[in-house]
Amino acid sequence: MSSAPQYTAIGTRPVRHDGVDKVTGRANYGADLSLPGMLFAVVVRSPHAHARIVSIDTSAALKVPGVKGVITGRDVPLVDMKLGLGEGAMDLKDMSDNLLARDKALYDGHVVAAVAATTMAAAREAADLVRVQYDVLEPVLSVDRAMEPGAPILHDTMTTQAHPPVESSGPTNVAGRMELKRGDVDKGFAEADVVVEHVFRTPTSHQGYIEPHACVARVNEDGRVNIWTTTQGPFLVRDATAKILGMDAANIKVTPSEIGGGFGGKIPVYLEPLAVVLARMTQRPVKMVMTRDEVFRGSGPTSATKIRMKMGAKKDGTIVAASASLYYEAGAYRGSPSGAGAMCAFAPYTIPNFFIEAYDIVVNKPKVAAYRAPGSPMAALATESLIDEIAGTLGLDKIDIRLKNAVKEGDKAPFGPPYGRIGFHDVLAKVRESEHWKSAKAPGVGRGLACGFWFNAGMSSSATVTVGSDGSAAVITGNPDIGGTRAAQALMVAEELGIPVERVRPIVADTDTAGFTEITAGSRVCYATGMAIVEASRNIREQLRARAAKVWGVPVEETRWEHGRVVPVNPSSERQPLTVPEIAAKFVKTGGPVIGHASVNPPMAGPAFAAHICDLAVDKETGCSRVVRYTAIQDVGKAIHPSYVEGQMQGGASQGIGWALNEEYIYDASGVMQNAGFLDYRMPVASDLPMIDTILVEVPSPGHPYGVRGVGEVPIVPPLAAVANAMADATGVRFTELPLSPPRVLAQLNGRA
Amino acid sequence: MHTTRYEAPGTIADALGVIAANPGAMVLAGGTDLLVQYQSGMRSPSAFVDVKRIPELMQIAADEGGVTIGAAVPAAEICAHPVIRAWWPGLVDGVRLIGSTQIQGRCSIGGNLCNASPAADSVCALIVSGAVAVIAGPSGQREVPVRTFAVSPGKTVLAPAELLVSVRLARPAPHTGDAYQRLIPRSEMDIAVASAAVSLTIGADGVCSAARVAIGAVAPTALLVPDAAAALVGSRLDADALERASAAASAAANPIDDKRGTTAYRRQVVGVLTRRVAVIAADRAKER
Amino acid sequence: MSKLHIQTVVNGEPSEFLCAPDETLLSALRNGLGLTGTKEGCGTGDCGACSVIVNDRLVASCLVLAAEAEGRSITTIEGVASGSTLHPLQKAFLQEAALQCGICTPGFIVAAKALLDVNPDPHEEEVRYWLAGNLCRCTGYDKIVRAVLDAAAEMRSAQA
Repeated sequence: MSSAPQYTAIGTRPVRHDGVDKVTGRANYGADLSLPGMLFAVVVRSPHAHARIVSIDTSAALKVPGVKGVITGRDVPLVDMKLGLGEGAMDLKDMSDNLLARDKALYDGHVVAAVAATTMAAAREAADLVRVQYDVLEPVLSVDRAMEPGAPILHDTMTTQAHPPVESSGPTNVAGRMELKRGDVDKGFAEADVVVEHVFRTPTSHQGYIEPHACVARVNEDGRVNIWTTTQGPFLVRDATAKILGMDAANIKVTPSEIGGGFGGKIPVYLEPLAVVLARMTQRPVKMVMTRDEVFRGSGPTSATKIRMKMGAKKDGTIVAASASLYYEAGAYRGSPSGAGAMCAFAPYTIPNFFIEAYDIVVNKPKVAAYRAPGSPMAALATESLIDEIAGTLGLDKIDIRLKNAVKEGDKAPFGPPYGRIGFHDVLAKVRESEHWKSAKAPGVGRGLACGFWFNAGMSSSATVTVGSDGSAAVITGNPDIGGTRAAQALMVAEELGIPVERVRPIVADTDTAGFTEITAGSRVCYATGMAIVEASRNIREQLRARAAKVWGVPVEETRWEHGRVVPVNPSSERQPLTVPEIAAKFVKTGGPVIGHASVNPPMAGPAFAAHICDLAVDKETGCSRVVRYTAIQDVGKAIHPSYVEGQMQGGASQGIGWALNEEYIYDASGVMQNAGFLDYRMPVASDLPMIDTILVEVPSPGHPYGVRGVGEVPIVPPLAAVANAMADATGVRFTELPLSPPRVLAQLNGRA
Repeated sequence: MHTTRYEAPGTIADALGVIAANPGAMVLAGGTDLLVQYQSGMRSPSAFVDVKRIPELMQIAADEGGVTIGAAVPAAEICAHPVIRAWWPGLVDGVRLIGSTQIQGRCSIGGNLCNASPAADSVCALIVSGAVAVIAGPSGQREVPVRTFAVSPGKTVLAPAELLVSVRLARPAPHTGDAYQRLIPRSEMDIAVASAAVSLTIGADGVCSAARVAIGAVAPTALLVPDAAAALVGSRLDADALERASAAASAAANPIDDKRGTTAYRRQVVGVLTRRVAVIAADRAKER
Repeated sequence: MSKLHIQTVVNGEPSEFLCAPDETLLSALRNGLGLTGTKEGCGTGDCGACSVIVNDRLVASCLVLAAEAEGRSITTIEGVASGSTLHPLQKAFLQEAALQCGICTPGFIVAAKALLDVNPDPHEEEVRYWLAGNLCRCTGYDKIVRAVLDAAAEMRSAQA
């Protein structure tokens, strides 16, 4: 068995290449661009969660001095097609209707009109003067209500897309249903020594990126469109805008700004087509920036869910049967991650008999968008809580029960294929070895363990690598850098070409310059774009060999690449090796510039498994709790830049902690969001969290040159259950509804007393 | 509607003149409530009257008899003042909790009082310290106990033409200590879901000779709770007295259900806080 | 509505701008003076991305009127480095990988600078509570706190 490869660049921690711009405030984000003659646009949003739009009168708005254009749904035709979105396809018709409502306002915050004016003040004044007549309808605000016979229907053409098909009768709010099964669950439960069942509920929660959506659009006299925007997918913005507006994508150039957080929420398109329509109408550049209130009400949070799950095990902890019904809110249009939730729910464990059904249900809330491992955290809350409870009932160690059932290479995943080489057992072993697990709990503190799974995407990527005549290199991709991927990309080129990482320039290019690349999401940039970069770099190595061969006047077969230089194959040759800079100095003489490029469309990356340990101090008199110690353990395949891998683990853990403890969308009875700001949408602040320790396990993923697995998403999967299990340990009460806010916790503790 | 004027008068008389000349004008101290309300459209003053150039509103004057805190002095300055820290640590507890460090650089007890939120963090401690609001108006100066300053959420006893100038606190009696706590879901940044302040005087014999208890965020205004104080006076702060004070606080509470807490939760927790705060106040009283 | 003419000092340099009476300092910095390093994350003083220092006090510039800058001295992220020398906080953030998307970074650096200006030797809890008004969604604060403590140590040893 060969030992682990030795790398010179991979695995080191250089300062990121875009770092100086970011610590000095020079880096430009979505709202930082201004163009001469620019107009400011604001939108008008429905104050009703469910209403028919009877009429819109823009005449008073148009009269406000400085107003140059007002648009409503009339101005943007609806198209009927689909667009691949990476973690889920979206109906363009739905996306277009979401951008600008046509017949109905389907949630509080749904855009019904947009105004462009010479100043923000004029735009806002005009927006207030747009007169919309609504016929207010009863809203649907929960999966339970949505499925009730006689409930109001959001879309009167919606039928259930179901696998296996169901008999559809009339319009419904149930957009989809799927099921997965194996074996015979009834028989399995009958054989179990202990069976537990609960209904779990999780709230609507938001990705919480600190930078609101923002863009600037300009339409030139020849019809060419320029869009500057904060996005996870510049090519997606280009293609969606083109299709929605019936334009040729070749005429649209999207330049991604630096992006102030996304987590999946900056995949969909909310502003750009509106800005383009207004820019075209007014022949001026148009800037649109969401307020924080609009981000909450008008972008894409993740699904609130109801999950009924039942699990049965033998006395020795072997799980023999499990069943689950997942009901996920899609928001106003179909497309929740209920299917992904179903696929992930039992993915870490070998369960011989299971049945899972997953429902995608529309309600009068904003259309959900991807949020870091979409669908998986909620399912893991259920699975990991039940395992925790079973372990407690049987008196089994919390790690042992998981080891007994944990999947390994060759086991079949619930969604079909057998797992390749995976690191779940290794991760669980590290839990037991960790200082955290071995440490004593402080008084008043409960400890929770939970695990999680995410697939990690593949998808298409391109990369171009160029070598300059000084032997430095540039790597160009179309993937916005959310979390430090520029540094990782530079490390890969440095490794492949044997040049110092400081001499590699990673560039995020616009859609005219970069080869087609799918979104920065799905934990795929280091994996898929990385593969393209490695392939492009290896192509360059071949070119460098050919150039060296030319210099020596020998056939290329007599040359060999040896980390940063080309050497003669024949060891007794008198020729001295040529380093990359030396070959580069002779580029002009040996044939011109050297450029390597590659495009890839690999299958899904190796799946990621994680285990988190949470220590929670609970004040039983007030229901308040505080995370006092936290450790995240994860199989990362290969950490290209370990600091940024640790960062992904720490960030995902904190989002999960916030989701578990305090984050939720609060609605009144009419469906209007009550806490659309950072004061009452309570994300963790620095004093809420301890240091978050990380343990990186590296079980290389086959299929990637360095064994990279996606790392960015799985960190949000275990925390909901880790916190809930810690709360159960601290209080002796099993909590099945999130968030574990103090009023809810105290009420449960009172009830038990 | 847009606020179309910004004025920064240099004296109280000038400020009163600007206010009189601009019906609908509002006083701007730290702006940490007013500007948030302005951006959301909740308030649309005709003019912002920035009072931070007026010396009386920006200074802290301490002497043997007590301290006068200008209405617009930022919290960070109040919490750093050695006399305030020595004599009213409970007031510092409260003021220091208003918002973040950034908010602390701007927010004031004047703003906290005039915004008249029942959850205001400085108010309970001001009440138990017997603080008095000093108000200037067209007909001269008047004083109002802080305890009666707020009338209902968002409303105070200030007439439209009046200006809150400062808050005066008389030096506490020997062996008096105060404390304040609030219940919030996170560790920082939240609006109080329930709060309590206690001021106690403890004799050399260890018996409480005087007490005041005020609770916040559990009624339309902060409330003085005489029954809770009565439970503590004459006691040694034993478990039974604390329990009775706690129960009295819960009984006096008249809270609502809202996005931050339920009626039942607030009522229960304000009792818990009262007990905890009384213990801290007693410890501080014994140190003096 | 006529504009006010404000004369102020920004990052040590005399500066002036025109502003509406109800315009915020954040808007005047970004739009009036082109200093886009200070960011708007919420507009309500809850996220700290707009942090600046006014006359030695750390404030949220979204809750300061532009007009209030008259005669006062303002430090923004653009004024933290000294010429081409990064401040120890900036260096520490880079070394410790204390930023991922970077949008909150200017606010954190200004806020942390304000802390170290008054308390050169904070312990972890003091750092966390001082920075509670700065939201970060990417890092979970771990590396940010480490970077601030590192910078503090470096600044203390440079003084010694």
